[in-house]
Amino acid sequence: MKRFLLPLGLFLVLAAFLAVGLRLDPREVPSPLVGKPAPAFQAAALARPEVMLKRDDLLGRVWLLNVWASWCGACRDEHPVLVAFSRRSKVPIYGLNYKDKREDGLGWLQQFGNPYTDSMFDPDGRIGIDYGVYGVPETFVIDRAGVIRFKHIGPITPEVLRDKLEPLLKKLEA
Amino acid sequence: MIPELGNLLLLLALAVALVQGVFPLVGAHRGRADWMALARPTAYLQFVLVAMSFVLLTVSFVRHDFSVLYVASNSNSALPLLYRIAAVWGGHEGSLLLWVLMLCGWTVAVARFSRSLPNVFVARILAVLGLLSVGFLLFTLTTSNPFDRLIPAAADGRDLNPLLQDPGMVIHPPMLYMGYVGFSVAYAFAIAALIGGNLDATWARWTRPWTAAAWIFLTFGIGLGSWWAYNELGWGGWWFWDPVENASFMPWLVGTALIHSLAVTEKRGGFKVWTVLLAIMAFSLSLLGTFLVRSGVLSSVHSFATDPRRGLFILAFLVIVIGASLLLYAWRAPSVGLGQRFGLLSKESMLLVNNMLLVTACGGVLLGTLYPLFLDAMGGGKISVGPPYFDTVFVLMMAPLLLLMGVGPLMRWKQDEAGNLARRLRWALVFAIVAALLSGWLMGRIAPATTGGLFLAWWIVAAIGVDLVERLRPKPGMGGSIIGRARLLPLAMIGMMVAHLGVAVFAFGVAMVKTYETERDVKMGPDASTEIAGFDFRMLSIRDVQGPNYAATQAQIEVSKGGQVIALLAPEKRIYRIQNNPMTEAAVDSNPLRDLYISMGEQLPTGEWIVRVQHKPFIAMVWSGCLVMMLGGFLAASDRRYRVRQTRSAVMPAGSVAGGVR
Repeated sequence: MKRFLLPLGLFLVLAAFLAVGLRLDPREVPSPLVGKPAPAFQAAALARPEVMLKRDDLLGRVWLLNVWASWCGACRDEHPVLVAFSRRSKVPIYGLNYKDKREDGLGWLQQFGNPYTDSMFDPDGRIGIDYGVYGVPETFVIDRAGVIRFKHIGPITPEVLRDKLEPLLKKLEA
Repeated sequence: MIPELGNLLLLLALAVALVQGVFPLVGAHRGRADWMALARPTAYLQFVLVAMSFVLLTVSFVRHDFSVLYVASNSNSALPLLYRIAAVWGGHEGSLLLWVLMLCGWTVAVARFSRSLPNVFVARILAVLGLLSVGFLLFTLTTSNPFDRLIPAAADGRDLNPLLQDPGMVIHPPMLYMGYVGFSVAYAFAIAALIGGNLDATWARWTRPWTAAAWIFLTFGIGLGSWWAYNELGWGGWWFWDPVENASFMPWLVGTALIHSLAVTEKRGGFKVWTVLLAIMAFSLSLLGTFLVRSGVLSSVHSFATDPRRGLFILAFLVIVIGASLLLYAWRAPSVGLGQRFGLLSKESMLLVNNMLLVTACGGVLLGTLYPLFLDAMGGGKISVGPPYFDTVFVLMMAPLLLLMGVGPLMRWKQDEAGNLARRLRWALVFAIVAALLSGWLMGRIAPATTGGLFLAWWIVAAIGVDLVERLRPKPGMGGSIIGRARLLPLAMIGMMVAHLGVAVFAFGVAMVKTYETERDVKMGPDASTEIAGFDFRMLSIRDVQGPNYAATQAQIEVSKGGQVIALLAPEKRIYRIQNNPMTEAAVDSNPLRDLYISMGEQLPTGEWIVRVQHKPFIAMVWSGCLVMMLGGFLAASDRRYRVRQTRSAVMPAGSVAGGVR
């Protein structure tokens, strides 16, 4: 009889793994950039093409980098969360307007509100490549030393903000 | 009103399924004929109820009822009628309802074409199918009800996933599900036989046509899915080892093993315990596939949006169904006798190796598919297992399998001798080697690995030829013409030969396309041209076109060879308005010898486009091979041997299947 119980045993092991697997998120890919200095960039501001924004200008403060685009549906989902956050928090959010048209991006902000201290304009996605962006929206937390501490792929929900971003920001600001 | 009615019908179906699952089973145990007699009427009734609810969901789609959440999420007022109907199974909830409908369809087919079977056996089979249906109906009603309302109604729907807006996609899921769900019949036969203790040659003979029928649908579904991916995903690939592709491929591998093992059980009474395990495994893998697709444990292009409750429900269902079956197996199998002994060199041993290879290949695919999950579950980080692993494992298993495919059918049952076999096959061997080298030479380059693949393909063809010649050659003491002798060949035998020929065609196509395909990415604007494999491609124009629910940029590309125009192809880059998704519509000029495949990449700032042109020799053979395999399966399932005891009904089981899900 023992020999015939083998399939059942194997199956139960498999089922146990599947049960654990249910709690994991396969889409949660850790970024190789976490813990590394944020790649340098120099880009024109979305609203003021003559102003150049640089990574080094932001050294010494904790800030959020949010990759967005007017063509991105999920960005609209997270947008109210960001707008609300920007009203109650001092942490600056810098947008990276990714593979977008300037007028579309500006129109979008006008329509839905602007949570960003400023937005970098990245029409051909060059900065996006440096930051390993493969889907919009993505959000990075960058500390005072210019090191990426956290990356979130996909829209920011109130839960993500409450459970992940805010505790981390509090720690970094302290 | 309509959604509420559909919901009510599903609830009624659940009640009927419970009756169908419990009373006949208990009746069979206690010998109560009246309880067993409930099996057939409840099966019919359940089918009618589920079919009506399916129709009602379709009506909601056709009528644009955006107050139904599922309709609002998967349809749009601009969606053409055909795709609105296909959208019924375009998402999780509706496809689950389709699954239940098919299960009921197969059950009805069993109820209808099982008159020659003992009543007790039929009662158990239908009860097992009824219990499966209870599980799926509960799943539908508790976590995935397609009739859930959206109040207030949406102004318009979010549209069907653009990837699914393709004619191939309209029939791909139904065919695949027919195969998946079809294995539930072999499973129910196995469970009923385990309970009743009648695991014997008769059981195997009853199971064979049903298994073949499910296998035919699954083959078709997988082949169609591959063809769809080739045409629709726009990369020119036809198999990606995506977790969900694997989920459909694993039951196919085990189902193929089951078909072969059933032959031994029927003819020689052997492999009984193994066969019954395969029958359980084939269906278990179908269930596992459902879990993988719908629970979100693996990331895949196919995955449905996930809800943790769903994953938990299917996992619980999986554990109950598979766990109980394997427990029953462990309890009953030890008392099943062994079959007749056989020699090392015999048809039995060949089929045993066939089974081992197929099951190991399936194990390899399962391991590769779940490895990322295993590793992640043990905190080992995120990885993905890709084609290099699968290709290696698969070729390692398939090469010996194809080699044996030539020898196995010629071997005798029980015991054969090597010398005799070698003598019968020596010309086939010579032919296969010459033909393989010749095919490579004709393509302009002889590559070692490819020659191996081509050799295997030609080897199978040659061995089938030898088999046929031997069977049709006049035998001493038997008269008649060649046609007379051909008529005497059992259909099951012809079916086997045809199916094996299909494998050869498939292997030939794969070997050819893997080695000799060429591709080129070029920058193209109007009047630009490029050349590949002797074909000239010239872009005539680029223009914007409007579809019902998308806007597209379409290129007109003229293909010519030696100055003669062969085809005008129009690849498109589409943007679907609602979901704002870009889609690459490749344009393909296809004939049996080669495909010319053009797809549009990105637009450059200069206004030109990156265009990918590909020349794929013999790729059509990949899918034709599947069709030939299916034909073989169909012939084998139609063998009159499976019908001899069915005096009252003249319709064959395999043919009945299509009627069962109407």
